[in-house]
Amino acid sequence: MFTKELLDQSSLLRQKWEDEVRRTIEKNPDLKPRWTTVSDLEIKRLYTPEDIKDMDFARDIGYPGQFPFLRGNQVTGYRGKYWTFRMFSGMGTAAQTNERWHLLLKGGQTGLSTAFDFPTLMGYDTDSPKARGECGKCGVAIDTIEDFLTLVEGIPMDKISTSMTINPPATVLWAMYLATAQIKGIPLEKLAGTIQNDMLKEFIAQKTLMCPPEPSVKLISDTVEFGTKYVPKWNTISISGYHIREAGSTAVQELAFTLRDGMEYVEDVIRRKGLHVDEFAPRLSFFFNAHIDFFEEIAKLRAARRIWAKAMRDRYGSTNERSWWMRFHTQTAGCSLTAQQPYNNVVRTAVEALAAVLGGTQSLHTNSLDEVLCLPSDHAVEIALRTQQILAEETGVANTIDPLAGSYFVEALTNEMEEKAWEYIHKIDEMGGMIAAIEKGFPQMEIADAAYTFQKQIDAGEKVMVGVNKYISEKEYPIPFLEIDDSVELEQIERLNAVRRKRDSRKVRECLDDIRNACKKGENVMPYCIEAVKNYCTVQEICDVYREVYGEYRDPGLY
Amino acid sequence: MSERKIRVMVAKPGLDGHDRGARVLARCFRDAGFEVIYTGCHQTPEQCASAAIQEDVDMLGLSCLSGAHRYLFPQVAKLLKEQGADDIVLVGGGIIPDQDFQPLYDAGFKAIFTPGTPLDTIVDWIKTNVKPRS
Repeated sequence: MFTKELLDQSSLLRQKWEDEVRRTIEKNPDLKPRWTTVSDLEIKRLYTPEDIKDMDFARDIGYPGQFPFLRGNQVTGYRGKYWTFRMFSGMGTAAQTNERWHLLLKGGQTGLSTAFDFPTLMGYDTDSPKARGECGKCGVAIDTIEDFLTLVEGIPMDKISTSMTINPPATVLWAMYLATAQIKGIPLEKLAGTIQNDMLKEFIAQKTLMCPPEPSVKLISDTVEFGTKYVPKWNTISISGYHIREAGSTAVQELAFTLRDGMEYVEDVIRRKGLHVDEFAPRLSFFFNAHIDFFEEIAKLRAARRIWAKAMRDRYGSTNERSWWMRFHTQTAGCSLTAQQPYNNVVRTAVEALAAVLGGTQSLHTNSLDEVLCLPSDHAVEIALRTQQILAEETGVANTIDPLAGSYFVEALTNEMEEKAWEYIHKIDEMGGMIAAIEKGFPQMEIADAAYTFQKQIDAGEKVMVGVNKYISEKEYPIPFLEIDDSVELEQIERLNAVRRKRDSRKVRECLDDIRNACKKGENVMPYCIEAVKNYCTVQEICDVYREVYGEYRDPGLY
Repeated sequence: MSERKIRVMVAKPGLDGHDRGARVLARCFRDAGFEVIYTGCHQTPEQCASAAIQEDVDMLGLSCLSGAHRYLFPQVAKLLKEQGADDIVLVGGGIIPDQDFQPLYDAGFKAIFTPGTPLDTIVDWIKTNVKPRS
């Protein structure tokens, strides 16, 4: 990157500066002995041309829309289109969530994102004994397509993209979306959206579990194959680091495990479905966390794009530029928010959102200040959405593409993130891939170590959380608290029973038998799922077939 | 005869998978010298209660971040009582709103720990309030 003359000059000036630093800190010592990121990565006092002297401009940095996409996929950056303002929402019944969606769309939100409650996420109906007390608490309760039709009432499904955070029952909820579109006469090729559908990170971190890893990945490959053929604008997997980070990983672990998960899916689809990488890879999308450590997050997101481009081209022989693109959604870090002095969370979220934007995200959710305590209130959601709009339209950060490129520090940190991520990726390769690594408990224990280290540092005051271990206020200013009434559960069970009464139970049995047979024969389950949901099979009825054929996976409880 | 170690069980009732806190605490309790059993996620109240009885623990700590504690926690307390095991010290943690504390104390919980509580505070509480049962 630099001439020998410049580097020699830099080295001379650096030595002079280092002498001065030594003299100064003798008189005026540093505030603390180690300066680290939130992930405990040690940061130097100063970065210089010498830190990035081995970089090759064309090979390692380049231009937007050009390999290795360090500077983004889009040649025009945010000038042609801001990132999508996509707030994750869902609570109570389908009707309540539908109401929140209309409110958000009216407020200028540009994409929808669905949070389901725990019974739906785990493939249980609201009346299952396992679901007691959970209905509608952390998201919307969906049992049958009737609920789904209510959920999307008045939403232009052919115009707005919808993301669904659903994993073990992804085939079922996606089938509901597709069947609903068919009922409304919207062609499948017009539908745009995302299903999270990333089971590997569930075993690693989020723990919404159903079947063992191997058949879980098979179901995911079914959706990729179906999407490739019939729903070409749909992102069939959102390969997620968000939950890995929330479970306590470092930024490097989030980066490495997420990308290695992505590689596992690519390899499975190629092997199991016989598709060429370029037939499906353009529809793979990613989902990252934007944590509180500003530069570390920017470096992580920039590194992610470069690693993926290299992996696609060099590891899988992809020749389509669209496959090299890493497209990702970002959410600010729930785990960085504090229940103490909750209004401070607005500031944290704004800084994290700025990091996501400077890292080049395509889509963003900003957490509401009260999300650490409860489901977000209307007012808190509005502030969070406005935070994005202020960033996009007031601050000028969208004016120019990748403004931090060329910074000695940001480029050096980006390189360091990439190197450390590849080390993990190669280690997992040596273990036999991500499924094998998960079975050994490797990523789980790496994250447990990091989470424990962080907590110890908080308790020792080595790391600071304002309001928690420093600057504690005597007086707390309470915030309004949104609660889902327990009566929602009874209402939802009544709705479910009404569907059960009116449906053709012979047809239901036939549909479930068809899914069972497809599972046993290794056929793609998607066409059968669409038929089943149209005939009012419930989420649990279909998931029970999966559990019966593939077996049930239980959390091994590693710590 | 050496003193018996305090035996604690950390359990995750319900469908909630937010296990970061539970796992950090399990490790912290082990480092504090307690005997620790961690159930993993997705236990029914029945499984929590019967595991605590079978393992003969001195304390059962329940963790829930989904809001379902209002049903799940008292249910575990009730099951322990029915099986004559209400001498097991019951504590809870997670995202528990202030107004839910009193009903949980009434149900038999001895302490509730919410986010931001230092690990040492919890360990000290256990050392003071939980004794190995004879």
